[in-house]
Amino acid sequence: MSTVAIPYDIEPHPITGMYNGKFGLWLFLASEVMLFGALFSTYILLRVGAPAGTWPHHGSEILDVPKGTINTLVLIASSVSMVLAWASLKMNNFAKGRVFLLVTFLLAGVFLVIKATEYYAKFTHYQIDVKTPVLLHGEKVTRITGHLHEQTDEHVVITPDAVKGQEHPAEMEIERDNIVRLTNFGPQHSTYMATYFTLTGLHGLHIVGGMVVILFLLLTGPSMWSKNPAKLTNRVECTGLYWHFVDLVWIFLFPVFYLL
Amino acid sequence: MSHDHGHDLPFWRKYIFSVDHKVIGIQYAVTALLFLFLGFSLISIMRYQLAYPGRDIPVIGKLLGEPIVGKTPTGYVLTGDGYNAFGAMHGTIMIFLGVVPLAVGGFGNFVLPLQIGAPDMAFPRLNMASYWAYFSGGVVMLTSFFVPGGAANSGWTSYPPLSDIATTGQTMWLFGMVLLITSSLLGSVNFIVTTVQMRAKGLSFFRLPFFVWAQLVTSFLLLLAFPPLEAAGVLQLMDRLAGTSFFLPSGLVVSGQVQNQLSGGGSPLLWQHLFWFLAHPEVYVLILPALGIVAEVIANNTRKPLWGYKSLVYSTIFLGFMSFLVWAHHMFMTGMGQTLSTFFQATTMIISVPSVIILTCLVISLWGASIRFTVPMLFALAFLPMFAIGGLTGLPLGLTTSDIQLHDTYYVIGHFHYVVAPGTLFALFAGVYYWFPKATGRKMNDFLGKLHFWPSFIFINGVFMPMFFIGMAGVLRRQFDQTEQLHGAAVQGLTVMVSWSAWMLIISQFPFIINFFWSIFRGEKVEANPWQATTLEWSAPSPPPHGNFATPPVVACGPYEYSIPGKEKDFCPQNVALEA
Repeated sequence: MSTVAIPYDIEPHPITGMYNGKFGLWLFLASEVMLFGALFSTYILLRVGAPAGTWPHHGSEILDVPKGTINTLVLIASSVSMVLAWASLKMNNFAKGRVFLLVTFLLAGVFLVIKATEYYAKFTHYQIDVKTPVLLHGEKVTRITGHLHEQTDEHVVITPDAVKGQEHPAEMEIERDNIVRLTNFGPQHSTYMATYFTLTGLHGLHIVGGMVVILFLLLTGPSMWSKNPAKLTNRVECTGLYWHFVDLVWIFLFPVFYLL
Repeated sequence: MSHDHGHDLPFWRKYIFSVDHKVIGIQYAVTALLFLFLGFSLISIMRYQLAYPGRDIPVIGKLLGEPIVGKTPTGYVLTGDGYNAFGAMHGTIMIFLGVVPLAVGGFGNFVLPLQIGAPDMAFPRLNMASYWAYFSGGVVMLTSFFVPGGAANSGWTSYPPLSDIATTGQTMWLFGMVLLITSSLLGSVNFIVTTVQMRAKGLSFFRLPFFVWAQLVTSFLLLLAFPPLEAAGVLQLMDRLAGTSFFLPSGLVVSGQVQNQLSGGGSPLLWQHLFWFLAHPEVYVLILPALGIVAEVIANNTRKPLWGYKSLVYSTIFLGFMSFLVWAHHMFMTGMGQTLSTFFQATTMIISVPSVIILTCLVISLWGASIRFTVPMLFALAFLPMFAIGGLTGLPLGLTTSDIQLHDTYYVIGHFHYVVAPGTLFALFAGVYYWFPKATGRKMNDFLGKLHFWPSFIFINGVFMPMFFIGMAGVLRRQFDQTEQLHGAAVQGLTVMVSWSAWMLIISQFPFIINFFWSIFRGEKVEANPWQATTLEWSAPSPPPHGNFATPPVVACGPYEYSIPGKEKDFCPQNVALEA
């Protein structure tokens, strides 16, 4: 198809020092800052305004901190390999650049797999609120958390979570009539879980989007490198900027949800 | 540089999936004009219910179908649900599918690259994607009329808790909005990069036509204000689809039932903050391109440089900045607290200053001019007092005390419609008449233009002026039947007048529609610069070929060099040196 030659498509503009794509990407990131900024503000407003007892004191009561820590390291490593990919292309070493791109892609995949196991654990973990208190760990309680075994119209069978250092308690049968609310730890569980799933979910979508772009670069890279190496290098640079941003969002998400 | 290879392309690449900014601009403009007509049609039907509550809708009642209309023994009347859906969709369509796409997508795309002497936008394919995202958003919005329960019916502001528990149409509305936001985002990135990186040689920032400045500031507003609404949209989708309760407080009561199964802990006010964080800058997204168009038309038809060009530019930048700091003046009545209200009252008063400076500059520009009363100039001149009325009536709403009486009444409707309808829309009409010769090589008919302008000018005031009185009488803005209350029944006469003016106004648009299509094929053929204008778009052929300029233009002077003493011609195009 015929196209018009666009100035500063590849070479940087003498005043801004950026080619069009890089400038555009920075603007896009500015809008992304506003998107996640709004969501983090939402988190602050909802947490500050949460009715007593509805927000966990500490994220680690619910979330898996070791897994979160590993994922943080995985993402930081992927950012490093992304930079190395761009640096290799800048130094005219396409083969090496391609390997680093592939490493970035795989690390992103590792991140998603670990995240998926965390999500799965939440969706299979249940909470039951009851009207008449039941006996658990030697105390009368109205809330039981654990894993479900059986659900019928009459009753629910649950294995309650163990208290640290003690043996797993025996299965409990709870009458349907006694149940006020039965929910897993999905987004509908509480505003905390809702915020967690929305923000990490949106972040996960950004990871997937980045992976699609990296895959595209891996597949189209060889032919573009032979025709227009500067353009490919620019594309990898822009993808890298986006990737570091997504990484940075996680650097905020991790302490906010897991550690605070 | 290669250009004018447009004829090599197959039809669908040249006119449908085109990457040429001019074709995309025209696609945007035509689609947006159709949506404007649709939005106007919706309100025309609602106005029948308001003027004659409960009376059968003549002729078209039967066509609308349930649940929008309900059967009576003698015919069909608009139902409350139908009225709510039409009201919500009138606002949504007019703002997000009509005015913004026409002002930014249409005029911005077509005019901006030409005015800065660029061959195209910086990202032509992104530009195409932006149009198709907008188009898809429009299709989703239209489809929502046909899902069970009809289109979104919680008002164009979609306030929860109502919108959280509304029918499926609301989910469609949210998906449609995500597409429209994506479209704006792609467009605004494109505009900013194009303006900064691709200006012609010699076109420094203070030689930019004011229209370009207006589009540049608008793009920043779209870029930074829309994402919070996207965030809010995602949260509302989670509320509606995933069972969360971001916007539903604990102990919420719906239809007398306490909603125990909610996780609770949400805040309905959170939505309002996120929504208005977009929607107030959005007001300036609606008005700034209009000011840009009016400035171009006024400079051209007064044959004088704009008075206070730099004041206009600095005011616009300040206006853009301040527009992020006034959003909560829409929320004085929510009980968010006096400290916040006082802060937002102060910023609201401050933002009126640059608006007044801009309007003053435009009015002083008329002083001592020998004005050409062309059709675009008539619309631009009408814009000035209409925008002034819209702006001045906003002051009592921005003051917390007087807002208590006026909040959510027809006064508010009158106020913002004066800004957007006889304000922005008139400016957009001015733009259509002004740039039509550039897009088609033909001028629109003068007589039909005046037949469009004068009745429109009279009837649009007949629509919106009485609303101030209806509102001050206490009639609420979303009311289905105001005659049910004594204070409403007392001003029903005015409401009937508004309705008749609205119907006459829609009839007044037919000369425009006829003129538009007739002139594409039969309009008077004109040369490249029929208005003897100075800015760069007029130095390109009409219509400009693919790539716009035969040789990249070099700019030698400012944008409005009109009536220079001692010169033979009364204008000097930007690419011609003043001394020559």
